Amino acid sequence: MTALELANQLKARFPELLSEPQEFRGELTMKVADAERLPEICGVAKKELGFDYLVDITSIDNYGEDPRFTLVYHLYGYGHLRYLRLKADVSEEKNEAPTLTGVWRTANWHEREIFDMMGIRFRGHPDLRRILMWDGYPYYPLRKDFPLSGKPSDLPEVAFTQPAPLMGGPFVTIAGGKDTISREPRVRIPQTDAVDMNARLERRKDIKAAHGEARGPGPIEKAPKKDGN
Amino acid sequence: MPELREIQVPDTGARAAQADELQDLQGEKMVLNMGPSHPATHGVLRIVLELDGEIITKATPDIGYLHRGDEKIAENMTYTQFIPYTDRLDYLAPLANNVAYVLAVEKLMGIDKQLPPRCQFIRVICCELARVSSHLLGLGSFAMDVGAMTVFLHTFTEREKVYNLCESLTGARFTTSYTRIGGVSRDLPPGWVEQCRKFCKEVVVNIDETETLLTRNRIFVDRTQGVAAISKADAIDYGLTGPNLRGSGVEHDLRKTQPYLVYDQLKFDVPIGSAGDCYDRYLLRVEEMRQSVRILEQCLDKLPGGPVNVPDMKIVLPPKERVLTRMEELIHHFINVTQGVNAPPGEIYFAHENPKGELGFYIDSKGGGTPYRLKIRSPSFVNLSILPHVLPGLMVSDVVSVLGSFDFVMGECDR
Repeated sequence: MTALELANQLKARFPELLSEPQEFRGELTMKVADAERLPEICGVAKKELGFDYLVDITSIDNYGEDPRFTLVYHLYGYGHLRYLRLKADVSEEKNEAPTLTGVWRTANWHEREIFDMMGIRFRGHPDLRRILMWDGYPYYPLRKDFPLSGKPSDLPEVAFTQPAPLMGGPFVTIAGGKDTISREPRVRIPQTDAVDMNARLERRKDIKAAHGEARGPGPIEKAPKKDGN
Repeated sequence: MPELREIQVPDTGARAAQADELQDLQGEKMVLNMGPSHPATHGVLRIVLELDGEIITKATPDIGYLHRGDEKIAENMTYTQFIPYTDRLDYLAPLANNVAYVLAVEKLMGIDKQLPPRCQFIRVICCELARVSSHLLGLGSFAMDVGAMTVFLHTFTEREKVYNLCESLTGARFTTSYTRIGGVSRDLPPGWVEQCRKFCKEVVVNIDETETLLTRNRIFVDRTQGVAAISKADAIDYGLTGPNLRGSGVEHDLRKTQPYLVYDQLKFDVPIGSAGDCYDRYLLRVEEMRQSVRILEQCLDKLPGGPVNVPDMKIVLPPKERVLTRMEELIHHFINVTQGVNAPPGEIYFAHENPKGELGFYIDSKGGGTPYRLKIRSPSFVNLSILPHVLPGLMVSDVVSVLGSFDFVMGECDR
């Protein structure tokens, strides 16, 4: 069965909802008039027409036009090996579409990604959270009015507000020290570690003066005071 | 005569208190953060595991640590300029990504059927080299995660040879950016075919040796067989692709079912699994490498001569010496570089059988040199979405087997 026959069969089921299939480069696209009916249409496509695999869901931002958003669904069947593309518009005011997680479970993450990137909500989705950006991020980056360079926003609270584990921690080797003792990470003090390598090596001398030669692994008991009292 | 002992019987109140305590102990679940920097997560995947003892009761993957906004970037540059970004998707198979992306653009332009045969064969060679290299890495790190260090050393020795081939072919080991819209950036260098033939002979030996280390290795089999078996229906429902789908017994390979390039002229088999567990996915990758080598050898034998680019200066940059001496070529060069190829308005989806699964590009074009919307359907992203379904019920130590057998890459997952 060709893709066109399949598309026409689907259209015969929903004549008032689906547009005539459009062909471009051998691919068929059908426009769905009402996004609210998508689960019903896709349910029929999956159960009766063998489109058992939802390849992808995408959204397009038609900035400056009405309706603003378009959802794009790619369907494929392992039985007949044909593709079909469904498109449905979503207006900016409504900004909502029904979820397809009840039809294909793979829709879960695709819809989360669209919610994250384009800000379209999916009604009935079991777990509609941001997926690529962090929770609490205020913008929708793939919208056309979001600049390529990004917008400043607060970073989420992170575990390390001090230098990250491998930046100036007590177990990091200093490259370029004159001997093994000055290179090895025995007597490093993360709080006073500066980024500047020379300053580090200078401080190493002070530590040596205060504590003598390092004799073995293990942390030192007390950090020397900076201003000498 | 037996010794008399005093037995203490707790009263009802004490018994009730003890029972409460026990219940509290049973009901207590631990939350374990795996990743984002854990050797078995192959990058920056974080999984929040809820544990009851050693059994996983809930798994929540947290992705996005490597999100760079590739789709947004693509909307702001010409089609050709985006090719280097595709290297950074699945950075273990950059050549295959390059081919997939330009094939998508060529489909949009309507020139995918006019590619010269030599170009098509070279691209197939690129894809299969990438597949061998990606699977070698996948196997090595999988085995190392479950405790077999030697395999890793074995496969990485061979993978190094692939990178040497890449280097002499493209000039770079990892960031290849080899393909161009309408062709490839340069022809095969002299002597490359012989080098590649030599590699094909050597890698088969290496694959056999690797198999003897793993396939009947008791520890490896115990840790993978029967672990995270995925049924056919689940695999399709969750949209798994590539070896993970075939491991569950679905016979589907885009190279066979939607043949592109010259795959329909080449003989190769598509292996499928029967149990859908981690062991099947491992066996499948080993066999896929052998089939890739088979394809490589056929391509090297059949490799035709002729040009490697479409003879259209509106699509492919004209040769440099002519640009510098002739007016028309200079104009084409200028337009091509500053405005990009002139793609017609329309929308296409092109799916490519990448080592990790189906890598798809959806391009929505309003005409001109930049896409209006470019969506990357990455196999790793979709393959990972099944984790909350397969992990519950497994032990903590099984997670590394599952992740290793899924063979994902976060650069592609997060885009």
